[in-house]
Amino acid sequence: MGQPLKPIPDTSIFDLRLSRRGRRLNKMCEALCSPAEREAFKRDEEAFMTRFSLTEDEKKLIRTRDFKGLIEAGMNIYAMLKIGSATGNSLYKMGAQMRGESYEEFLKTRNISGAV
Amino acid sequence: MGKIVGGIGLSHVPSVGPAYDRGKQQDPAWKPLFDAYIPVREWLAKLKPDVAIVVYNDHVADFPFARYPTFALGAADSYAIADEGFGTRPLPEVSGDADFSIHLCEQLIQDEFDLTVCQEMGVEHGFLVPMNLCFPSTASGWPVKSVPLQINVVQHPLPTARRCFKLGQALRRAVESYEEKVKVVILGTGGMSHQLQGKRFGFMNEKFDQWFMDELERNPEGLAGISHQKIMEEAGAEAVELIMWLTMRGALSKKAKRVHRHYYAPMTTGMGLITFED
Ligand SMILES: [Fe+2]
Repeated sequence: MGQPLKPIPDTSIFDLRLSRRGRRLNKMCEALCSPAEREAFKRDEEAFMTRFSLTEDEKKLIRTRDFKGLIEAGMNIYAMLKIGSATGNSLYKMGAQMRGESYEEFLKTRNISGAV
Repeated sequence: MGKIVGGIGLSHVPSVGPAYDRGKQQDPAWKPLFDAYIPVREWLAKLKPDVAIVVYNDHVADFPFARYPTFALGAADSYAIADEGFGTRPLPEVSGDADFSIHLCEQLIQDEFDLTVCQEMGVEHGFLVPMNLCFPSTASGWPVKSVPLQINVVQHPLPTARRCFKLGQALRRAVESYEEKVKVVILGTGGMSHQLQGKRFGFMNEKFDQWFMDELERNPEGLAGISHQKIMEEAGAEAVELIMWLTMRGALSKKAKRVHRHYYAPMTTGMGLITFED
């Protein structure tokens, strides 16, 4: 009973420990569910990040659009979709980056790449 | 008296929403998916359900991690369309059935399922994509009323597959003890195989997905013993959403018969569809 999950290669398991680590990041992303907040983020990303008390390391991950790093820092994937949308990065673009491939390379690995 | 007349297991892939809204039903890449739902809607038109219980998960739209319920049941007469961070889809507000929901809450909590009860709730793609495919809305609204049942399949620890199955069994008892005549269809949504993060992004496993549908049909009690670990290892971390299909299956009787089955995996998610008539 109550067995913790065993690590899975190349996979992040979003558990409470990771969620706690990503608390600031996820709270900031949750705010992006409001159109006014999305505008505020696009207007001044730095001020927005400061308002949510991001650490310098966290800010760096956002500035460099390091999606792999953000997941490792505790950002939830569904929270990250909101940052992706606000910065013009679709799920598939973020995915390609996390796989270490170009977007075009990634599309070639799909069964029917027209279904986007 | 309340009666469960059917159950549907189906994926709730977000990209289906914009594809639908942009009229891509005939696009060769999307057609196989949309076409699979034509006979399902014809079947539903014959079943004539009054209410759809939709077992789904929120994707950090209406439920923030600050307070995150394991099981949350809607108890309202309407549900807003939530903004997930990309604006809201042009869909009418969802109509609920608060009296029926309240009955379900009373019965389920009495039955030791300690739910979070939501008198306000916004619904997003996890709920809307399946509803849109099975019960498309028009300008005047949705053809059935809904009861949203939100399950935590995102922030571990998650409820076990067995617990989700038992919740379905309790739901059946609750529906059948309702005094008014109401025909209910239950939707179990999410999955199938997919992983959306890490280097394993894009991982799918059709063999697992087909096996899952086989077992769901023939051996649901056994399938309810599946671990999160097994699902996540074999079908991708986000595939663990499949435990919500077990709630749907648990709500069906032993005599339920499978009617439709379909599978299509174009991009990053195995999109499954299975229906049962009860
Ligand atoms: Fe989902």
